[in-house]
Amino acid sequence: MSISTRINRRSLTPYMFIAPAMIVMAIVTIYPLIFQFWMSFTDYGLANLRQGAPAPDWVGLENYVKILTSELSIPNYSFLRLFLYNIFWALSNVTIHIILGVAIALLLNHPGLKLKRLYRALYVLPVLIPPIVVATTWRNLFNQDAGAINMLLALVGQVFRIPPETFSIDWLRQVEDPISFIPLPLSYYAMLIANIWLGWPLNAVVATGALQAIPKDLYEAAEIDGAGKWASFKTITLTYLRPAMVPFAIYGFVVTFNLFSLAYFMSSGGPFGRTELLVTQAYRLVNERQLYAVGAAFAVVLFVILLTISLITNRISKATARYDDF
Amino acid sequence: MTTSKRRSFREPSLLTKILLQLAAIGILITVLFPIIWVFSVSLSPLNLIRPDGLNLIPKDATLEAYLQVIERPTGNPVSFIELAFNSMKIAGGTALASVALGVLAAYPLSRLAFRGRTFIMLVILGVLMLPAVATLAPLFVTLNGIRLELPILGTFNLRNSQLGVGIAIVSGSLPFAIWNLKGYLDTIPRELEEAAAVDGASQVRIFRSIVLPLALPAIAVTGFLGFISGWTEFYYSWMFLTQPRDFTLAMALSAMTGTYASAIPWPLVSAFSIMLTLPPAIVYLLSQRFITGGLAVGSVKG
Repeated sequence: MSISTRINRRSLTPYMFIAPAMIVMAIVTIYPLIFQFWMSFTDYGLANLRQGAPAPDWVGLENYVKILTSELSIPNYSFLRLFLYNIFWALSNVTIHIILGVAIALLLNHPGLKLKRLYRALYVLPVLIPPIVVATTWRNLFNQDAGAINMLLALVGQVFRIPPETFSIDWLRQVEDPISFIPLPLSYYAMLIANIWLGWPLNAVVATGALQAIPKDLYEAAEIDGAGKWASFKTITLTYLRPAMVPFAIYGFVVTFNLFSLAYFMSSGGPFGRTELLVTQAYRLVNERQLYAVGAAFAVVLFVILLTISLITNRISKATARYDDF
Repeated sequence: MTTSKRRSFREPSLLTKILLQLAAIGILITVLFPIIWVFSVSLSPLNLIRPDGLNLIPKDATLEAYLQVIERPTGNPVSFIELAFNSMKIAGGTALASVALGVLAAYPLSRLAFRGRTFIMLVILGVLMLPAVATLAPLFVTLNGIRLELPILGTFNLRNSQLGVGIAIVSGSLPFAIWNLKGYLDTIPRELEEAAAVDGASQVRIFRSIVLPLALPAIAVTGFLGFISGWTEFYYSWMFLTQPRDFTLAMALSAMTGTYASAIPWPLVSAFSIMLTLPPAIVYLLSQRFITGGLAVGSVKG
């Protein structure tokens, strides 16, 4: 322990510094969270909102039961589907982000590539764009009539003499699944493409940083020892990448799991709520349906899910941290 | 044999170089394509239904979408400047409040030992795990029950006001600011502060003349991140505000793509998107050097 901390052990100074923030947080963060917990056991609705309206009734666990057994009286609601889709959405995105990020970082790190700095600077442009604009832009790109994706496909199709009418695809609203044995709507694939565009650049930045930390003579030593390119990639590159990429993958998983913008502004959860995420469903319960108590209970369920995820990911990062003890 | 192999390791063949360059350019095209597309659509005439193809500058290119955005982007009688001013107020106010309170709280959490420190850190960490939408219902209901009577602003419902939106935003941005600033302070070497403490400087003095200047880059970054998220804040403003004069940029963008559902005015939406994106992006690009440079590394030796 340092000198400065020891001297002030009994002083009131720390509390003086921290008090303003704690008072504000107690009122605007902690109190609402406690109030939310209470609300989740009531039937708080529009009728209780007016000035002087009666207090809501205590309903016990009813809201939770309805949420988990999918008995909410709103269209297209199924908790299990929502939950499984949300997990799959985050997993599939992060897997592709990491693979692409590492592959492109390897390209950017290759000694034969010129103009590296220019590419690095331009590749991160998507990160500078606000999420709502990204989602709106991709909604435009995948629009059936006015979108660039269908036009691009028609242009490529011309080369193979495919009539342009073939490419009047309603990406974000088509009801039939494009691959019959995979129960995912077309809008999932469109959103996946949008989120890949948004997600890989930061992964590439992190991977580039890790790649540059690898001592060059390790590769030369491996080559002298007769190791092939694949062998040295596996033993040297991946070993050095892992400690940097695993925490970032976990961070990316949580961010993608709660990615409001694409599910809300790009697909609006459609078709039939099949690309809805837990966070957008939570928002709709409160904002569109005015089911304040159900929304509160939903937020508590969401909190428990996120807590579980972070406990699991904590174990993963601890388990993988051992790899860099060499 | 080893030498030729080693040469190939260091000096890639011309074919490899060309392939690498092609791959990099191919990736660049996919990155830039959506951005260029938005730019191109924003230059299209307002009555456009379907672009006539993939042109960088569309036929009959015009700036009328931009003029319309500046004058009156949505059906409501609000100009872009008014929307931007509202977003600026909310973003600036919340960023300032959370950074000012945050740096004060981060200092003892990073440097001083006191009872309750671990508990406070756990609470902040727990709150940070919650996405912003998770506190929507209680904040809406609570703020809706508060009527304020202020000397200049008059009587109003706190929920239906920018102040209310600001309070709701701070509920999430303050814990983030504390955590972020504390993390940065942890990386600053303590030698300077210890030397000052030995010389008899008070904690307040140490904070003001040593920690605060050293933490400036982190304060700037945290403030900037807070400003960015406030500039495009959507959840609370969309839920709370009902008077058009209070509306924000993100609300207007969402209204443009929502209300017209089937016939979205894409040139207008694109022009609006560009004008919404440029200010923070320019600030970021200009301040990038300041943000990454000027860290605490040099100050201990000097």
